[in-house]
Amino acid sequence: MKHIEKDIVVIGGGPAGLAAALEARRQGAEKVLLIERDTEMGGILQQCIHDGFGLHRFEARLSGGQYAQRFIDELEKTDIEVKLDTIVLQVTDNKVVYACNPKDGMMEIQAGAVILAMGCRERTASQVFIYGTRPAGVLTAGAVQRYINMEGYIPGKKAVILGSGDIGLIMARRMTLEGIEVKGVYEVMPSPGGLTRNIVQCLDDYGIPLHLSTTVVRTYGKQRLEGITVAKVDENRKPIPGTEEYIDCDLLVLAVGLIPENELSKQAGVEMDPKTKGPVVDNTFMTSIPGVFACGNVSVVFDLVDYVSQSGEIAARGAVNYLKHGMEKAPEYTPVQTGSNVNFVVPQRLQKGMPAGEVTFFMRVAKPQKKAELQCSCGDQLVKKTRYQVVAPPEMLACTVELKDGDQPRFSVVEV
Amino acid sequence: MTKEYTCVVCPMSCRVTVTETPDGLVTSGNTCKRGEKHAIAEHTRPMRMLTSTIRLDGGKLPRVPVISSSEVPKDKLAECLEYLYHVHVEAPVTSGQVIVENICSTGVDIVAARTMKKA
Repeated sequence: MKHIEKDIVVIGGGPAGLAAALEARRQGAEKVLLIERDTEMGGILQQCIHDGFGLHRFEARLSGGQYAQRFIDELEKTDIEVKLDTIVLQVTDNKVVYACNPKDGMMEIQAGAVILAMGCRERTASQVFIYGTRPAGVLTAGAVQRYINMEGYIPGKKAVILGSGDIGLIMARRMTLEGIEVKGVYEVMPSPGGLTRNIVQCLDDYGIPLHLSTTVVRTYGKQRLEGITVAKVDENRKPIPGTEEYIDCDLLVLAVGLIPENELSKQAGVEMDPKTKGPVVDNTFMTSIPGVFACGNVSVVFDLVDYVSQSGEIAARGAVNYLKHGMEKAPEYTPVQTGSNVNFVVPQRLQKGMPAGEVTFFMRVAKPQKKAELQCSCGDQLVKKTRYQVVAPPEMLACTVELKDGDQPRFSVVEV
Repeated sequence: MTKEYTCVVCPMSCRVTVTETPDGLVTSGNTCKRGEKHAIAEHTRPMRMLTSTIRLDGGKLPRVPVISSSEVPKDKLAECLEYLYHVHVEAPVTSGQVIVENICSTGVDIVAARTMKKA
């Protein structure tokens, strides 16, 4: 087994990992290693050929590949070491990373600091309880996206999409453009999961119907999917008998949510947040294990790649600072609190003894609200307020606040 | 004639009605100026970005993503796509490289949306 020593090891070469590796090098970390499972960098952005990426960061509407390319081009100008086609098997709590690839074999990498940037996974058919046979042709939206956009396969002729999140909507348009008949998008919730922009430009533009409070209850077909049954659901999301409808199709596309990928994090023993399904992180995006950081969709599923990159850079600065100053024992923390209509806030806590400065928080509301004001208060003092015409759970809010050591910020969304 | 549009400028998603009057187009239902501008543009000349893939020969992958250099008229999308179905390029390709100049006389170029090395 090869033994390697590195200052910072970044796991995952998607938008979070690319931004983290670059920022770590910029901040002076000398030996930075980026490990990627795929044979290319860019992560999921490689297959996101639609535009709309980078509005905040580059003030341009780039495609996913174009956004990634900017980081890859920059990375190729540095001495950051990249290991592609390499799988990480384990990360230990003393920051040893076990990885392997066909060229190096097994590797034991001692890292000064580890940055977890593995992204997220899609929920699959077995997680949404669809009954019936298990034929070919039931795929997640991400799999369909990769087949069509990268590998040049058309995975079906007549498709039904379950889930109206942005990925489902984007794929409805994409499949239509490639000649697949999209029979409809079915959403179990009473309101669509994706942005209105995508409903208009991906469904309405092509006359694709959206059926709310409706779900797929059964699949048919032995080798290949032959059809599905959909049914209306009641307010408890239970199918209503008598509302079933059979639809002839050979492709069922599941766009039913994303879950942070944290097998490695859990194995290392980091404390998890049941709300975000990612590690509990502090203002430097450090997990409960000193020297192990998490960023991007590992920490919480973001909806903008700009925020993913930003979180990678915050984690990288934290990691470099950790290397410079060390940390004899785990820091003490001040909690970040959630008030009315705030479902969660990331980071979840602040390091005691942190220098005064700006901290950026990412949060989602619990329910839609019009004429809303996001308020951040410390004790009985209101430190920041931002007005929104409307807030909704699919749209993450970001809030940067000037804080000093010992402040206990509390975020609430109130009506104004 | 009146027609309704959903504004996509911000998450408010106003339903904006555009009415054709002898004095020009009049909007109602929008809550801001941007909504008026958006609905009138949608009514008179809707524009969309075009993203797709084309065949790539000699590359690591068989497809390379492409994007329009700016928005194209919505009613020209189908024609542009039909054209792109028959286009293929040889690897290597560099992000930003022009693949089709002035596609279907729209004044818009189609460029490669990522770099793809030779296999």
